[in-house]
Amino acid sequence: MSEALILHNVRITRGGVPLVSIDQSIAPGEVLTVMGPSGVGKSTLLSYVAGTLAADFEATGMVCLGTTDITTLPAAQRQIGILFQDDLLFPHLSVGANLAFGLRPGGSRAWRNKRIETALSDIGLTGYADRDPETLSGGQKARVALMRMLLSEPRALLLDEAFSGLDAALRRQMRSLVFDRAREMDLPVLMVTHDADDADAAAGTVIQLATESMPAPAD
Amino acid sequence: MRALARHISALGALRAGFQWSPSGLGLVPALTLLAMLGPVCAGLLCTFLPAFGILPAAGLSTPSLDPIAALLDWPGLGAALRLSLTTGLLATALSLAIVTLTLAGWHGSGPFRMLERLLSPLLSVPHAATAFGFAFLIAPSGWLSRLASPLTGWDRPPDLLIVQDPWGLTLTAGLVVKEVPFLLLMALAALGQVDTRRRIRVAQALGYNRIAAWLKTVFPAVYSQIRLPVYVVLAYSMSVVDVAMILGPSTPPTLSVQIVRWMSDPDLAQRLTAAAAALLQGALVLGALGLWRCGESVVARLGCIWISKGNRGASDPVLRPVGLALGLLTAFVVLAGIAVLAVWSLAGFWAFPDALPQSFDLRSWSRHLPGIVSATGTTVLIAVLATLLALALVLGCLEAEYRSGHSLTRRGLWLIYLPLLVPQTAFLPGLQTLLLSLGADRTLWAVVLAHLVFVLPYVFLSLGDPWRAWDRRNGTVAAALGASEWGVLWRVRLPMLLRPILTTAAVAVAVSVGQYLPTLLVGGGRVPTLTTEAVALASGGDRRAIGVYGVAQTLAVLGPFILALAVPAVVWRNRRGLHV
Repeated sequence: MSEALILHNVRITRGGVPLVSIDQSIAPGEVLTVMGPSGVGKSTLLSYVAGTLAADFEATGMVCLGTTDITTLPAAQRQIGILFQDDLLFPHLSVGANLAFGLRPGGSRAWRNKRIETALSDIGLTGYADRDPETLSGGQKARVALMRMLLSEPRALLLDEAFSGLDAALRRQMRSLVFDRAREMDLPVLMVTHDADDADAAAGTVIQLATESMPAPAD
Repeated sequence: MRALARHISALGALRAGFQWSPSGLGLVPALTLLAMLGPVCAGLLCTFLPAFGILPAAGLSTPSLDPIAALLDWPGLGAALRLSLTTGLLATALSLAIVTLTLAGWHGSGPFRMLERLLSPLLSVPHAATAFGFAFLIAPSGWLSRLASPLTGWDRPPDLLIVQDPWGLTLTAGLVVKEVPFLLLMALAALGQVDTRRRIRVAQALGYNRIAAWLKTVFPAVYSQIRLPVYVVLAYSMSVVDVAMILGPSTPPTLSVQIVRWMSDPDLAQRLTAAAAALLQGALVLGALGLWRCGESVVARLGCIWISKGNRGASDPVLRPVGLALGLLTAFVVLAGIAVLAVWSLAGFWAFPDALPQSFDLRSWSRHLPGIVSATGTTVLIAVLATLLALALVLGCLEAEYRSGHSLTRRGLWLIYLPLLVPQTAFLPGLQTLLLSLGADRTLWAVVLAHLVFVLPYVFLSLGDPWRAWDRRNGTVAAALGASEWGVLWRVRLPMLLRPILTTAAVAVAVSVGQYLPTLLVGGGRVPTLTTEAVALASGGDRRAIGVYGVAQTLAVLGPFILALAVPAVVWRNRRGLHV
């Protein structure tokens, strides 16, 4: 069931200027960390993998999940989950409805409600289903966003500076929650960050990206 | 030093809240409200009294229920009410559906940007010209049936009642064509305040297809912002007069058209019936708005159930092309309508199944030239006066808002929309009665002030966002360099905002040029504009004359838009920072 996320000779350019070039395979349950200064194209790499690359970029190479080539699939059919720095919970939906939004379709209403209750108690938010997401603390929101994504049963996980918005204590908690889950579910994880602590916590391969004109710092 | 002191005192004023500024700027918002709502309130009041038999101008001062009885005795009442209700609700629902489907499937894509560029100028084409063009396209002897004749073998116009059909379907379609660009532009403005891209990205990462993602995550936010414009479309579609006279049925017509017929009857008693009907029209619109509001909560509830089921949506391959096709169709209808008006205005002999006239000439134009010239003069004069007044008032309001630090509240927004929500046929009859008793009707200034009621809201809506988006630090820098508050306004802010101000002026001119009922009623038929003259031709059926007036109307609104684009481009040709 679990498959590796493979970035095969991926090269992204804008107006002919090379931005990112990467050739890596991420095994199930492992984390690949991509680091580099801002503006170097880390998030661009993630949009390419997620299938939402803006039209003014050109990209070559392949993105595969195991043996399936997903390079040309529309974003909605890739089954690649993504977490952003902001939680991006939908403000017009309750906490429970946000989770229901993520949960794959099917099943009776009672079964779906039960799944959502279980998911909430899983992240220590039992009984929060009817709450307005705006009334949650930053850490709670981040946990709901994570759970919403996991309920959609992704086959790989992208982290776009996912921990940058949290303070140090919360950050440690969220990191271990996310990495533990990914390991439990055997998901390959691609993380971009500018924080060396994130990379240490991930305990996987680390790649430094640098622009042509600006070599990577030596540290 | 002085500037610093002024700056500090300005900050103090900001903290103290609204302050009576010595320049009298503080009076402008009150004056604007008076200009916008005064005529509406006075008109409603002066509609109310005659509806109960009180018309001092005609020596009637005892209350009676006769006008209401006369209204109820009119045999067409049931059909007229039903027609107003169905055309209004259907036109609003269809316009909203088309706009939603187009945005859901295509917003942010290349084809959408093309559609957007196509629809924006079409928004300004007057309703009457659009309606005439639409009629010339789809009538049994219209362009479409001519173009289809090689296939159908028609050598005579088919015997079908398309235009003015008794169900008002053509009227509904004509309204949809005109309201789609309006709602689309309103929705685009609202979309600028919603982080659409990220919401869609999250939903797509969760496996949602484009249309389902947009409907479930973006639409609720957009709808709550365009709710008032949607209400405006509903109120307008239910009570429109000019479009209904051109495309709607005539026996019986919609309630609004009947009100205007009663108003122009020489028998004064009919004015009382008209007043009673105007009250009913107001109540009908209010009821429809209530019905729509209930519909909103039903849709919201169903939407929540739909969202919680988690369906990822699979109809994109069908719905996306349909959405784009419908959006393009509305643009095509307006453009083709203008084209067919232009062809008719230049047509020599044009027999039925021929797609084009046998010859083109300027005879129609030269025949109507004197009328066109004088009507254009009046139209432009009224539009320019109304636009200048509206700009002065709105700029004053915005500057007062900026200096006092009080921004527009939600309630303030309702006030701005109010003149557009109250049906014209509900308060203009009363306003005419009032002006008549003051002896002030039939004058150009009365018409200008009546136009101002409808121009002001659009000027507010068009100028407010660019005005508030201006980087305040420019003002701080100028003040620190010693410029007074007025100096900042005249020498920095207005020049920097030249482009949005001119665009707003063009919108204002377009609104004024398109006004039919205020011009007719307040002008008492003595202030002929291009629009009143064009609509008056509707019953005659002289297609060449209608073509000439329709084209003149369209040119009168497109001219200012071209100027609004050209002037900043010339004035600021060496200022790249002020180009879009």
